[in-house]
Amino acid sequence: MSEKVQLGFDQKVESRDLIITRLDAAIDWMRKNSAWPMPMGLACCAIELMAAGASRFDIARFGSEVMRFSPRQSDLMIVAGTCVYKTAGVVKRVWDQMAEPKWCIAMGACASSGGMYRSYAVVQGIDRFMPVDVYISGCPPRPEALLEGLMALQNQIGQERAIKAMRSDAPVTSLYSQPKGPIIIRGEYAPKFKA
Amino acid sequence: MATTQNIELIDSAARAQRTFEDKLGGEKMILNMGPSHPSTHGVLRVVLELDGEEIINAWPDIGYLHRGDEKIAENMTYTQFIPYTDRLDYLAPLANNVAYAYAVEKLCGIDVPPRCKSIRVICAELARISSHLLGIGAMAMDIGAMTVFLWLFREREKIYDLCELICGARFTTSYTRIGGLANDMPDDFLPMMRKFLKDLPATIDEVDKLLTRNKIFIERNREIGVLSPADAIDLGVTGPNLRGSGVEWDIRKAHPYGGYENYQFDVPVGTMGDCFDRYLCRMEEMRQSVRILHQAADTMPDGLWNAPEAKIVLPEKKAVLTKMEELIHHFINVTEGINAPAGEVYFSAENPKGELGFYIISKGGGTPHRLKIRAPSFVNLQAVPVMAKGHMIGDMVAILGSLDFVMGECDR
Amino acid sequence: MTPQEAIKQLETRFAGATGVPVEFRGEFTVTVAREKLVEICRFLKTECGFDMLTDLSGVDNFGDDSRYEVDYLLYSLKHRCHLRLKIVVPEDNLVVDSVTGVWRTADWHEREAFDMFGIRFHGHPNLRRILMWDGYPYHPMRKDFPLAGLPADLPETAVDAGRAEAAPMIGGPFVTTSGARTAADREPRQTDTASERFEKKETS
Repeated sequence: MSEKVQLGFDQKVESRDLIITRLDAAIDWMRKNSAWPMPMGLACCAIELMAAGASRFDIARFGSEVMRFSPRQSDLMIVAGTCVYKTAGVVKRVWDQMAEPKWCIAMGACASSGGMYRSYAVVQGIDRFMPVDVYISGCPPRPEALLEGLMALQNQIGQERAIKAMRSDAPVTSLYSQPKGPIIIRGEYAPKFKA
Repeated sequence: MATTQNIELIDSAARAQRTFEDKLGGEKMILNMGPSHPSTHGVLRVVLELDGEEIINAWPDIGYLHRGDEKIAENMTYTQFIPYTDRLDYLAPLANNVAYAYAVEKLCGIDVPPRCKSIRVICAELARISSHLLGIGAMAMDIGAMTVFLWLFREREKIYDLCELICGARFTTSYTRIGGLANDMPDDFLPMMRKFLKDLPATIDEVDKLLTRNKIFIERNREIGVLSPADAIDLGVTGPNLRGSGVEWDIRKAHPYGGYENYQFDVPVGTMGDCFDRYLCRMEEMRQSVRILHQAADTMPDGLWNAPEAKIVLPEKKAVLTKMEELIHHFINVTEGINAPAGEVYFSAENPKGELGFYIISKGGGTPHRLKIRAPSFVNLQAVPVMAKGHMIGDMVAILGSLDFVMGECDR
Repeated sequence: MTPQEAIKQLETRFAGATGVPVEFRGEFTVTVAREKLVEICRFLKTECGFDMLTDLSGVDNFGDDSRYEVDYLLYSLKHRCHLRLKIVVPEDNLVVDSVTGVWRTADWHEREAFDMFGIRFHGHPNLRRILMWDGYPYHPMRKDFPLAGLPADLPETAVDAGRAEAAPMIGGPFVTTSGARTAADREPRQTDTASERFEKKETS
């Protein structure tokens, strides 16, 4: 038996078909590798979300097998696109209908902060009315950036205290360990073409 | 004192009998479809009045993506507004860029060199193919044919690679500038495009084999959402939707712009005005776009890719860094914007969704006084109540798919 | 039938109701009287063949005597030509006759002009807001309405979504005055609180 206590699973037994680990680790592993997205595709980022779901980038290999358009059957809401005040109530209502545990990715500049639309009709970031776990910058972010955001979210899910959340009566958000706050993704993903 | 009142108590059998003898109408139900719905492409809300499964009335409710583009345009220079045009019809950003550039150039009264026109034609036709690929893919996916969506997205990825080669961005390109382009076409663009064009007709044929003679697809689309030509013209419908109804009108043929008069291509026109005809129009338009692209690639002229007007177009960087006059032009151009003359102008281009028009009222200076975007999807959606009456809810999905609208453009 | 011929027919038929036609970049614009609008439109549709209304837009000329104008862009499929009609609408009588009886496509365009400018269309079958929500108290495209917006209550369908707030401009880069000559006038610099504090620390 290993002395270390770690959130991960160890293969302890030599026959390799018995895994002994913490329940938290197992639950987190199952949750993070099957985060079915609810695509709240509002604008142009939805097209890159579709591209991430199509064959070239294939979000399904990260566990997000199907895009479930029903909030009751999904875990992860990816808000892709500009949220205007008229739509804000709709997005919030759909978010409320999702069952715990649920996570949210704000994909793109418009969802994170209003983007380049600083006007009378646009909500300057969906975090004004709903909690966001991962912000992905880009206009639109490349599908690779979305996948990196998903991977970062999966890392974060892997560190949650699932059992404590299920048992305790405390407000749910305080039980998920978010040590450094939401994750912000920005980076260079464009492949370099040979000149 | 208590009053007595006679109440008639009937049991359920008697009630059922009474309902049966009444007019077999039943209560009308109002069902809300959207704005968060997989088949309303984007955030469209349609309020349906139903009698059972049959649609009596359908009212589209838009505005769920209204971002205030026209007000933003009054606060930006003409060049600063180009990224906003990308996000209008976000399935074909290059086409919007081209239309906007031509509109502002018409206002300023400048003409671009032939190479620029050829490159812009290539951009517009690639955008047309890209948009129709997604239009047909989404329409098929909503009806149930998921495979088509994934196949056509693979072709779209190839177009994204081409866009990335020409301007650096996969998707929201902002490639054109007033008086020209952001940069010249790289040398390996045309060979890559020719390779793509060699493979594309095979994919279109595969999709054709899957869908066009498919009994289920035909059942779901034939005689659904019929729009008569008179209705279409009265409602201002343009693009493949108008041509599917039998009206032969294509801006590239009627008022050729940007060199379209030099290319040979046909314009497909439908006969019945139903969803299936609109689908066939889009398939054929893709093949015709391939034809135009081959011709444009074969006859690509050399030379300038920006208009020589120094007051409108940014001068070459080498000259800006060494000569005074070019430096001043660059400075004024960037800070104040181009000095457009006063006047009003309307320019429309044949976008994949229909007629995209920019109506610019300028009082001189670098920012427009009013920039109205005549969005094809805004006008096409008005045809939904006419098309949906009498059909069933499942047909609504086919109708919306065949109209091929984009909410970014509709709501601006 | 060219636009010039159509204008000539208009001038003979509706003498006094049409202004001087303006030609710019090959397009013809003629200002017509507000009262005769529907008649003129019907005449142009039936007699001159302008069967398609391509565009209808409201314009706010803030500072002019008649503040608003409505522009109608007509197109003839048969003759392949455009014609633009313009009517001026003063602020104190912001009502225009609706042309939905002539071209059904004017329906949503007029709703948008109402939503954005507040121009009411008499005879419109369904005049309510189309792009903003139904209870929105302002008309956003008016020149005296700021780009950032003003606080407003959200529609009833919004659940706990708070209130529509003005977008935080803080003198940021997208606040411009339309028509100002230079970028310095057009883009007021953001007040940099950090560097202000730094300067204060230096001097103190």
